[in-house]
Amino acid sequence: MKIDVPGKVEGARIGVVAPLGMAAPRASARPAPAASGADLRLRGGRRLRERAIELFLLANGSAAVLIIGLIFVFLFKEGLAAFRDIQPIQFIGGQENTPTYDPELDTFTETRQFALVWQPVSDSPKYSLLPLLNGSLLVALPATLISTVIGLLVGIYLAELARARVRELAKPAIELLAGIPTVIIGFIMLTVVASLVQSITHSHFRLNAFVGALGVSLVIIPVVASLTEDALRAVPEPLRLASYGLGATRWQTVSRVVVPAAVSGITAAGILGFGRALGETMIVLMATGNAALITGNILSSVRTMTATIAAELGAVARGSEQYHALFFVGATLFTITFMFNLTAEVIVARMRRRLRM
Amino acid sequence: MEAKIDKAPPKAPEPPSRRPDYSGLIMTSLCRGATFLVGGVLVLLLFHIARHGAGVVSWDFLTKAPVEGMTAGGIFPAIFGTLAITILMIVLALPLGAFAGIYLVEYAGGGLLARLIRAAVNNLAGVPSIVFGLFGVGFFVLFVGRNIDRGLGPAGRSAIEQALGTGGGAAETGILFGQPIMLWAAATLACLVLPIIIVTTEEALSAVPQSHRDASLALGATRWQTVRDVVLPQARAGILTGAILSVSRGAGETAPILFTGCAYFLPRLPVAELFGVIPMVNPLDQFMELSYHIFILATQSTDSQATLPLQYGTTLVLVALTFMLNLTGILLRFVFRRRLARLS
Amino acid sequence: MRSKSLLVLVFLGFLACGGAADAKNITVKGSDTMVLLAQRWAEKYMEKHSDASIQVTGGGSGTGIAALLNGTTDIATSSRPIKAAEMKTAREGGINTFETKVAMDALSVVVHKDNPVNELTMNQVKAIYTGAINSWKDLGGPPKAIVRYSRESNSGTYVFFKEHVLGNQDYAPDCQNMPGTAAVATAVAKDPAAIGFGGVAYFLSQPDVKILKIKKERDSPAITPVAADGKSLNFEVVYSGEYPIARDLFCYTTGKPAGQVGAFLSWIVGPEGQAIADELGYIPLAKGQAAVK
Repeated sequence: MKIDVPGKVEGARIGVVAPLGMAAPRASARPAPAASGADLRLRGGRRLRERAIELFLLANGSAAVLIIGLIFVFLFKEGLAAFRDIQPIQFIGGQENTPTYDPELDTFTETRQFALVWQPVSDSPKYSLLPLLNGSLLVALPATLISTVIGLLVGIYLAELARARVRELAKPAIELLAGIPTVIIGFIMLTVVASLVQSITHSHFRLNAFVGALGVSLVIIPVVASLTEDALRAVPEPLRLASYGLGATRWQTVSRVVVPAAVSGITAAGILGFGRALGETMIVLMATGNAALITGNILSSVRTMTATIAAELGAVARGSEQYHALFFVGATLFTITFMFNLTAEVIVARMRRRLRM
Repeated sequence: MEAKIDKAPPKAPEPPSRRPDYSGLIMTSLCRGATFLVGGVLVLLLFHIARHGAGVVSWDFLTKAPVEGMTAGGIFPAIFGTLAITILMIVLALPLGAFAGIYLVEYAGGGLLARLIRAAVNNLAGVPSIVFGLFGVGFFVLFVGRNIDRGLGPAGRSAIEQALGTGGGAAETGILFGQPIMLWAAATLACLVLPIIIVTTEEALSAVPQSHRDASLALGATRWQTVRDVVLPQARAGILTGAILSVSRGAGETAPILFTGCAYFLPRLPVAELFGVIPMVNPLDQFMELSYHIFILATQSTDSQATLPLQYGTTLVLVALTFMLNLTGILLRFVFRRRLARLS
Repeated sequence: MRSKSLLVLVFLGFLACGGAADAKNITVKGSDTMVLLAQRWAEKYMEKHSDASIQVTGGGSGTGIAALLNGTTDIATSSRPIKAAEMKTAREGGINTFETKVAMDALSVVVHKDNPVNELTMNQVKAIYTGAINSWKDLGGPPKAIVRYSRESNSGTYVFFKEHVLGNQDYAPDCQNMPGTAAVATAVAKDPAAIGFGGVAYFLSQPDVKILKIKKERDSPAITPVAADGKSLNFEVVYSGEYPIARDLFCYTTGKPAGQVGAFLSWIVGPEGQAIADELGYIPLAKGQAAVK
């Protein structure tokens, strides 16, 4: 039996519209354009005009491709220029003077060792990317974990379990949460939530990765919830009906039939959420303490790649070493999020093909 | 079979005399709890902002400039700047995005080019906002801007300044476009919201029934005439929705404009008079902006305690602005979908 | 369409409240330590001279100097002297930077008001900030780990502190890098195990922080920049150099300041500008220093 899946779940374009709560345009509903260009009914001037209009629209359409291409080119042009002055190994770590203090003698002794440190403003600038990667991951992973769990539950509720009236209230509310500017969430984290968290956990650092992760999950939960909901609704009705027909309860249907059928879409949602978490700037800039440490302790301050760029870009002179290093950080970040977006798209494409048995 | 958008999920038929599905009940409650938790957080957030900010927002607050080192006065320049930058952004992004959407839906079909463009749009949507900021600095300000300056030469630069009436010294310093200005900040934001506009345009156009197009073509209209006179009028509401939602997004973004034109304290508004007569926003000037203002007040203001009321007040204004825009967009989309459902 | 023309009218009306643009705009960019001062100077100067138009942004001394080199600002405020490397970059770009000293600032080290430590030697501060000392126990305080608050690397305060207190050693990697001195003040006020540093002006008005006395050597007297009344500053210890971490505040311009910029800078180093510096918690130039170099 041929099960026709409405192409609602259409790749990562949901990452664009899902926070807006709209379904992606359905492939089956897309109008077939008339035979291109060669409209034989038209004569001469008219045909030229139609062709010109089509080319104009094509030019506009290519704008997105052009912009992505330019971002690639400029980021890498300025970023790879860093290698003119900085050796590749320096992006991993460099030689560091660690002083030890003798309180009796009131003197300092220095030991030189290989350290993974980011301190670009220094007599011997250090450009290790590892603390920054560590910071970004230490915020993004917990945030994605929290958001995927909660987002999944919310998505299931909205798609399968809620009454229509509750849905109509809850869905816009979740979307409105997505619409709150991230600087405001960062501000609230900085002033209110950080103190709250410190009084509960008695952490050493008031501003740490956990506070940042909380803020970031506020932003990502709506994304994951919308994407999950779309994925669940794309599961064909006959599957549900068959399950009920076999005597399953609603929850059994949801958990054993619908969710497994939508698992690719849900995975894509999680991956997109992770990509979004990596790219978040303002919340982590204000709430994580910005200390470039390599640590696994979530209650420690961290410095993410995004916050580093945001904090330091204003102070660099064009063409200086630090300028190129920051572009290199940006290029790295861009590559990573690009990879994740691509993966999500591939997963969804494969899911669509599989469901079209 | 398509799952319709507003239909409630079918109720599971109740089998007679069966013990209650405990695990199902627990899980359902968990799901409901999660949803209400998220909703509750939203309400709590808004309530907190409203409580602390309501006392600060007054007519004076909205219409006066900040004084005494940002500890008193109002935020009018920031409101003005926010409106100016988002209008400029939409002017740049809406035609580009709408035409791109029209191309994708009406002309391109499923070919390789269309797939490439859609892939690009998807990836553009996933680019981190600070990378847009880097792009804005590296490309718009330093590449495009500097090259425009070089191309214009001192004569061209003074001519533009004369036209705008801003008598600055760009002829000597040699920099008019090649610095952080509103134009480049708007261009950067336009790149950021372009995917939103393209996708909403696509959805709006796809929702117009194919039969309308066929009828128009059968009556002898060309493809462009069909698009312009039959499809677009029906899709207008949807495209407008996209514009409103992207304005809301643009007003809330801070990272892309951090280095492309925002300032902390400007003594006067970024306006100019074209040829001394027509008042217009000066896109070659810097501007203040609400989200940037909140960021600076929260992190770099000179006395955080004294400026805290201002921070909450500004936050309230920004939240109210984005909320109104978002709500309008959502309502419009609701009405628009209702209307189309009735049509087809 | 009627609604379209209505929109245009509203837009124009909205613009009309802007008013005409006028004479040359002076851009001031740079030190966060000085941004409050620069803003107040700009405000008062514009009150007196209505034809002047001055815009002020912070971002850090490094940002200001970078902007001066990039040509995007007229005056760069800086809480540290310009570096040799920056002067070299400037000369390569055909810019000759000109330095004007406009005020002085006492950099203070602060802790939470409940911290029993009252004074530290320069070496102890250095040891704390380079990571050699990690617990308050080693300084006569409670057995708590020290939480270090510092500034971002674009800050003049960061650079000055690094050169003069840390002897060009690197900061400990776990320093919390705050974007402004005010953020340092807020953080230290909230954190009992904290230590921070910054221009004293920011801490005078914070009730929950304690400004520490600093000793040059172990057996030197402990000096504080705060006067006996606890509210104003003791200028003498700064002028005489007794207080070891005081610094000059500068304004950099491209070439000798002339025209509007020159007039503004002359006003700043004159009696009115210096009175404002005093009022805000900075240290005015000593008599005889107020000559533009």
